[in-house]
Amino acid sequence: MAEPRVMDIKDQPGFRSIAIICLLVLYIPVLILMIFSFNSGSLVTHWEGVTLNWYGSAFLNEEFHSAAKNTLIISVTATIVSTICATLAAIGMTRVKPWRGLAAAFMVINLPLMVPEIITAVATLSFFALIAGTFGLNFGIGNLIFAHTVFCIPFAYMPIRARLEDMDLTLEYAAADLYATPWNAFKRITLPLLVPGIMSGAALAFIVSFDDFTITQLVAGPGQTTLPLYIWNQIRRPMTPEINAISTILLLVSILFVSVSFLIARRRAK
Amino acid sequence: MPEQPGKNAIEVRGVRKVFGTGENQVAALDTVSVSIRENEFFTLLGPSGCGKTTLLRLIAGFDFPTAGEILLHGQDIAPLPPFKRPVNTVFQSYALFPHMTVAQNIGFGLEMLGKPKGETEARVAQMLKLVKMEALKARRTSQISGGQQQRVALARALAPQPKVLLLDEPLSALDYKLRKEMQIELKRLQNETGITFIFVTHDQEEALTMSDRIAVMSAGKILQVGTPRDIYDRPAERFVADFIGETNFLPGTVVSKQAGVATVKFASNATIAAGYPEGFDPTDEVTLVVRPEHADLVPDPAKGTIAGTLSNIVYFGTDTHYHVKLDGGDNFIVRHQNSRSSPVTYATGAKVGIQFEEDAARVLKD
Repeated sequence: MAEPRVMDIKDQPGFRSIAIICLLVLYIPVLILMIFSFNSGSLVTHWEGVTLNWYGSAFLNEEFHSAAKNTLIISVTATIVSTICATLAAIGMTRVKPWRGLAAAFMVINLPLMVPEIITAVATLSFFALIAGTFGLNFGIGNLIFAHTVFCIPFAYMPIRARLEDMDLTLEYAAADLYATPWNAFKRITLPLLVPGIMSGAALAFIVSFDDFTITQLVAGPGQTTLPLYIWNQIRRPMTPEINAISTILLLVSILFVSVSFLIARRRAK
Repeated sequence: MPEQPGKNAIEVRGVRKVFGTGENQVAALDTVSVSIRENEFFTLLGPSGCGKTTLLRLIAGFDFPTAGEILLHGQDIAPLPPFKRPVNTVFQSYALFPHMTVAQNIGFGLEMLGKPKGETEARVAQMLKLVKMEALKARRTSQISGGQQQRVALARALAPQPKVLLLDEPLSALDYKLRKEMQIELKRLQNETGITFIFVTHDQEEALTMSDRIAVMSAGKILQVGTPRDIYDRPAERFVADFIGETNFLPGTVVSKQAGVATVKFASNATIAAGYPEGFDPTDEVTLVVRPEHADLVPDPAKGTIAGTLSNIVYFGTDTHYHVKLDGGDNFIVRHQNSRSSPVTYATGAKVGIQFEEDAARVLKD
């Protein structure tokens, strides 16, 4: 009798070539961008030779430093605050008796994912303008941190909630059975097991905040240039490969951050 | 001795548990009362959905009764949260904490009780020894086998020296041989620790071999409470007889009755004396139950209480099952213990008689 074969998509004709085309379309532009950061000429489209000078000038660029500093302050603060909010929300929505409006609350938390970003941006801008106009209050970079925190929450919320839903509830029963008060059960059982979810949530929030352009562009005041805004301002002038170098640095930071959080999550999950 | 009435560890009084609201209400427990004695190995036995796990969860405190009281040594614990009850549970899935070692799992309860570190360590070492897991104490729980996880779950629940240990089908995930070993192990642990065990299972063999007393449950009610022997030999209801062991059911007519014994006539006009449970008044058409090993085959159909034709002979190694098609049309199974010299051999198709042992037949409520 012939071995019954499980259908394997890899055996379908054309699968391999389609997969390769998709990967090329995704990564070739990025690869070209990275290659031209080493171009010794001053054009981003004409290759002349290899140099590291553009990285040197990027590192010495004061404007780049200030943009990087702003970005880090905003992203790190927004990541921490939004991850804490998202964790509390996820626990409140998975570890309680079903309450009226639970589905509505879920919608409200995830709505920012569906609202076009430009709408959120305009709304946030008007909101801050209203506060400034009515109360004469301006929180400076606090405005940006606040805006980033808000739109990061649903991104942080998703993986944390998924992890909570996957978790065996019996473990929490077992903790309670073994004399753990609800707080101790949370601290000793739920929270440690939730760490991988929190890490992925935080990583996602960080990346989303780190490269946000639309909302930042509208909300940012003078002297609040972040890296994406800086890059945007640069390419409106004659472009040099310095911008490629800066982009490459950003890309490496993102990759590094995602990899580290992925590795931590995997080690904790074991 | 389980037969002697001792002090009660747990008393369940008129407990009801209703799930759902309005039209979708389901009574998982329908006014259940039962007393569980100190140092007893007590089993809640029944098919899935009979309410046995619900009752266990109410005792553990994971759910709260809709009505009724649960007394632990005379004190009502029904309103207490689980972490305030001196009762520990061995879960069906074990529920070991995956981010802790074997030793940390076992020590968790003591730590939560705020015991001094030295005392906890000594107790954990003692528990590791009790369940023979000393060598694996530093392992993560994901790095040990199912049988070993079972032992850790037991040790973890026993470590805080609970007044009562609850076991929710703890052996169901183990393979046959390991299950047999763990049955003996559980009995040993119960004897050594002297803790009251309340064991939930749907496996009647497990219940019969391990328990001091058994409560048979069905559809949210306790049908009968008794020693394994009571339950097996003197089932109170047809459901109990059917659920535990194999049973023959025979239709008959009550001719007369006195002092708990009825004379029942079969279609063949043969009569038999059969006991019936207290509080039951059999009349007219009744069903008799006879265990397959409480009946014997005789080669001469005229010598049997009832007669029929051998339709099938099934050999089981330790014993043989003779399937007899009775003259009235019903099927009857006789179990015969095999020995080195079985006196008579039978062939399928032969006419045979069936004799009952003294007190073998009982009349039961349907």
